[in-house]
Amino acid sequence: MNRKYSAKALKEAGQGYFFMSPTLFVLLLFILGPILYAIFLSFHDVRLLGETAYNFVGFSNYERVFEDQRASIAIWNTFKYVIIVVPCQTALAIFLAATLNAGLKGEKFFRIIYFLPTLTSSAVLTLIFMWMYNREGLVNFGLETLGLPTYNFMGDPNIALAAIMIMNIWATAPFFMVIYLAALQDIPDSLYEAAELDGAGPIRKFFSITLPHIKPITSFVVIMGIIGTFQLFDQSYIFSGGSGGPDNSTLTVVLLIYQYAFKTMDTMGYAAALAFILAIVILVGTLLQRKLSKEENLY
Amino acid sequence: MKKKTSIGKIFLYIILSTYALVTLIPFLWALSSSFKPLSEIVSGSINFIPQNFTLDNYRQIFIQQELFPRWMFNSIFIATVGTGLNVIFNSMAGYALARLAFPGKKALFIIILAVLMIPAQVTMVPNYLILREFGWLNSYQGMIVPSMINATFIFMMRQFFINFPKELEEAAAIDGLSRIGTFFRVVLPLAKPALAAQTIFVFMGFWNDFMRPLIIMTDSSMYTLPLGLNTFKGQFVSYWNYIMAASMVFTLPVLLIYAFFNKYFIKGLSLTGGK
Repeated sequence: MNRKYSAKALKEAGQGYFFMSPTLFVLLLFILGPILYAIFLSFHDVRLLGETAYNFVGFSNYERVFEDQRASIAIWNTFKYVIIVVPCQTALAIFLAATLNAGLKGEKFFRIIYFLPTLTSSAVLTLIFMWMYNREGLVNFGLETLGLPTYNFMGDPNIALAAIMIMNIWATAPFFMVIYLAALQDIPDSLYEAAELDGAGPIRKFFSITLPHIKPITSFVVIMGIIGTFQLFDQSYIFSGGSGGPDNSTLTVVLLIYQYAFKTMDTMGYAAALAFILAIVILVGTLLQRKLSKEENLY
Repeated sequence: MKKKTSIGKIFLYIILSTYALVTLIPFLWALSSSFKPLSEIVSGSINFIPQNFTLDNYRQIFIQQELFPRWMFNSIFIATVGTGLNVIFNSMAGYALARLAFPGKKALFIIILAVLMIPAQVTMVPNYLILREFGWLNSYQGMIVPSMINATFIFMMRQFFINFPKELEEAAAIDGLSRIGTFFRVVLPLAKPALAAQTIFVFMGFWNDFMRPLIIMTDSSMYTLPLGLNTFKGQFVSYWNYIMAASMVFTLPVLLIYAFFNKYFIKGLSLTGGK
């Protein structure tokens, strides 16, 4: 009896490993292995020309971050980007979802339109916006018509990053909007009806019923936002032709990692160290957000 | 909720329509530019309906850049094969984690959750070196194999299979189907909604990926469309009519897939949405 059982368990374990085998293969070879390799790289000076050579340098790749002027610019740019884009895209997503959820006709129609940016690749969106941001492009035309000052969006270091921010808030908010919509539909109508009886207006209802109810989703959306925005790369790469210009104003941490890893010689170890620092920053940002939203719950 | 005053309703419609315009204008502008001749593009005139409507840009992009069909093929091939493998492998892993008992299962599950937290940049550099060692740079397998599973969707499929009725599998087992046969013939066909959601997201991930092909594909004949577009932009700097036409060609397939799988899309979002 016992033997038979173990034979069955053995068979099931075999099936389990069979089902897991592709995952195990990729996990070991392209995820866990590379993480260890990355730790190794970050403590070495890597030379790729001819025979690949590794030279142990201790923590100097990590120390170098503090002396690297471009690294501090990239970190500052990325930080500004996260701090501005995450709240804006989250607020816009909530606003759009709440408006769409008001029970109007044509909700489906609007939803399909709003979803277009999510479906379009970052490369295409960036190109479309570069065309609109052109000196004599659509955006400046619009500003001029309204009597507002026009900008050199791609050439002016003070404007370029903001131009990317606007584009990405526009592009990402609808994705989160859909997540919010699902959550809003779960809020019971009776709550709103009760509030109406108490004489609450739409704004009061939004702040007292809607917002508290979607809080877990907001926490999720903010975390996803933090993870996504810290990794900004495609848009600044295409916008600046890979340089992070004008005048390093669109240089992000990931773009800098890319440049050190693949564009300048012998800085791969440093790139690996930067990537680890980024990973830790993202982790801390995520944990911090979690802590903050938990504390708010105490009130 | 239905007792909205008509003024409130009009106000809401104004908001919705305004934002619909904000969303549509970039696309309409790109579409309109793709039908304009260069002379109209450089004149700086702002008109959404082309004065001299032409389809020539769509012809020219294939003539001016003869690699264009190749890039399209590369993108379609990588995205299709990559998505197919992901759907099968993620489902297999999700199923094993939900249903089968094997040593190390719990640890594996925790590792997969942890992998979700690690940004791709950490493995980017070592993966490049590994692929170089394999001779997989500038190859399809270099793009496909490292991404043929996805931790997010393994997790999603596990959640899906945990709630999946066991009775069906037991019935199949009584009918003499093996575990593997049951999975492929009974379980997977019934998991269609989850598979469809997965298909869209994974396909979009491959199709729109910019950074990985940028690193792995250095030979221009192996470029995917996003990379190709970026190069194309570099070659035809002020030919925005060409660039926009190319962008439109590139956007169409995803829109078609979306139209096809639309109803699963929202479902999939709430599945991944950690609800």
